Amino acid sequence: MAAIALERLTKIFENGGRRGGGEARGTTAVEALDLTIADGERLVLVGPSGSGKSTVLRMIAGLEGPTSGRIRIDDRDVTAVPPEQRDLAMVFQSYALYPHKSVRQNLSFGLETRRVPRDEIVRRVAETAAALGLDGLLDRRPAALSGGQRQRVALGRAIVRDPRAFLFDEPLSNLDPRLRGDARAELLRLHARLGTTMVYVTHDQEEAMTLGQRIAVMRDGRLAQVAPPMTLYREPADTFVAGFIGSPPMNLIEGRLLGIPAATAGIRPQDVGLTTPADGVIAGRVEVIEPVGHVQTVHVAADDVRLVAVVAADQPVAPGDAVGS
Amino acid sequence: MRPGHVARYGAIAILIALWAFPLAWMVVASLTPEARLFGGAAVGPASAAGAAGTGAAGGAGVVWTPDLAHYRALFTERQFWLPVRNSLVVAGATTLFAVLVGTPCAYALARLRFRGRGLVGAAILAVSMFPQIAVVSPLFLMLRGVGLIDTYPGLVLPYLTFAMPLTVWLLAGFFRDLPSDLEDAARLDGAGRIRAAVQVMLPLAAPAIATTAILTFLYAWNEFLFALSFTLGPDRQTVPVAIALFRGQYQVPWGQVLAAAVVASVPVTVVVLAFQRRIVRGLTSGAVKG
Repeated sequence: MAAIALERLTKIFENGGRRGGGEARGTTAVEALDLTIADGERLVLVGPSGSGKSTVLRMIAGLEGPTSGRIRIDDRDVTAVPPEQRDLAMVFQSYALYPHKSVRQNLSFGLETRRVPRDEIVRRVAETAAALGLDGLLDRRPAALSGGQRQRVALGRAIVRDPRAFLFDEPLSNLDPRLRGDARAELLRLHARLGTTMVYVTHDQEEAMTLGQRIAVMRDGRLAQVAPPMTLYREPADTFVAGFIGSPPMNLIEGRLLGIPAATAGIRPQDVGLTTPADGVIAGRVEVIEPVGHVQTVHVAADDVRLVAVVAADQPVAPGDAVGS
Repeated sequence: MRPGHVARYGAIAILIALWAFPLAWMVVASLTPEARLFGGAAVGPASAAGAAGTGAAGGAGVVWTPDLAHYRALFTERQFWLPVRNSLVVAGATTLFAVLVGTPCAYALARLRFRGRGLVGAAILAVSMFPQIAVVSPLFLMLRGVGLIDTYPGLVLPYLTFAMPLTVWLLAGFFRDLPSDLEDAARLDGAGRIRAAVQVMLPLAAPAIATTAILTFLYAWNEFLFALSFTLGPDRQTVPVAIALFRGQYQVPWGQVLAAAVVASVPVTVVVLAFQRRIVRGLTSGAVKG
């Protein structure tokens, strides 16, 4: 188990590669990032694609070297340490199971490279397989497994090693939604049992909210905000975080506010009610309705703004209705 | 059957016939006595039998029977086992060295980031761009200078000039296509770069390496110009050279030439059949999401 500290971490990818000489031109994926992950914490890195979150994770893993800045694990500077000596485990989006090895060999490979005694390997593989319900699959090749089974093997390969920290790179994005919910609960149980530090990368804000004790929202290689989920939800630092966290996204209305000439007001769709045009603050017309079951999402077009409201499913509205909100 | 199917299977049948006919002819002719090779009707068991019926074959009503005379002559008079052995040694050694050296080279070109990588790749490709005929004379002088004319190394070394670029480029393309996540996973699993390459990437590349080895072997097995130029006598001549030199001053022993061609095809056929399953089986299936 370990605490991880990132200090002024920067990664610039060189463009084109070949014509290197001259000044360092390139794409800045991560810029001067400072972040401390406490021992045993579940931290989620979330952001739109291209925000640098996966690059941060790959730098922690040692798969990418930072252009500048330092990485510490438990106060030891590991910036120049190769990935195989960092004692971290990573679960990949593609699972990256070794296709020529059986499930058993997939699980034991990371123990063999660390020269764990044979009988202990057997014991730990059996334990992990039992914990994840992989007992009957140990002699199969990855090609003969379903998506959910492959995902569990990938998870097993990480936990069998008992690493200092887990790194997850969108490990659930290839699962269908129902399995994804199960897997999320499984990860939370796992963390409760092992207490190992977890760094989890996702672009899914819902996944971030459910899995993170703290969430680091990234945008264009920088941290937009780092906070516990409910703080992000209630007190977003800026309009980017406000629009990114929560579903459907928050209504952002430009205007003047209490004497401030230019301001943006954010209202959660869940906080928007629909009434008659005369009773509402903003009058508009219903454009689209998306029923979800217990609620419905109503898109309203007013004179110069569009509003999204989430209202009870039994409230009678129809496209074209004049409403006030 | 629908008309589309008829056309399709018809086309396939024609293609197979076009492809198989010369081979069948070669085998049949190599089993036909010299005297009857040009004796009128086209060769072939059926046509020969039919021809016998009409009396056009010139023979006294014979039905075609295989005759191993050409093969006997090949291995007794011509000592054809000598060029076969030479070809096996030269093509085998070329393939071995090309794959042994070419595989790590291709891996490095495909996977490692280093200064001048593009230049190295281009240079390797450029080597294979020279027309063989342009390098024969300088190579001959070099080989004579180091005393390698009419030796096995004197053939294997020049062969590597075309075998290495072939293996390196084929394998580099394959290594590039292997999912890099697998290698990353192995690194996180505690394997160093070399161990990850050998224990994870290499087994996945096995089918590609086998395919590459076969192609390299075929090139080396069929090579003619270098073999003709850098050998002096039957002791080191390879199969293509030996067959070409069958031709006498006044006649070409077609029966023996074709028998030799059949013999020359055998190792190639055996190699391809032996590795076929490995080539076809896609080992990477199931590595990443299905």
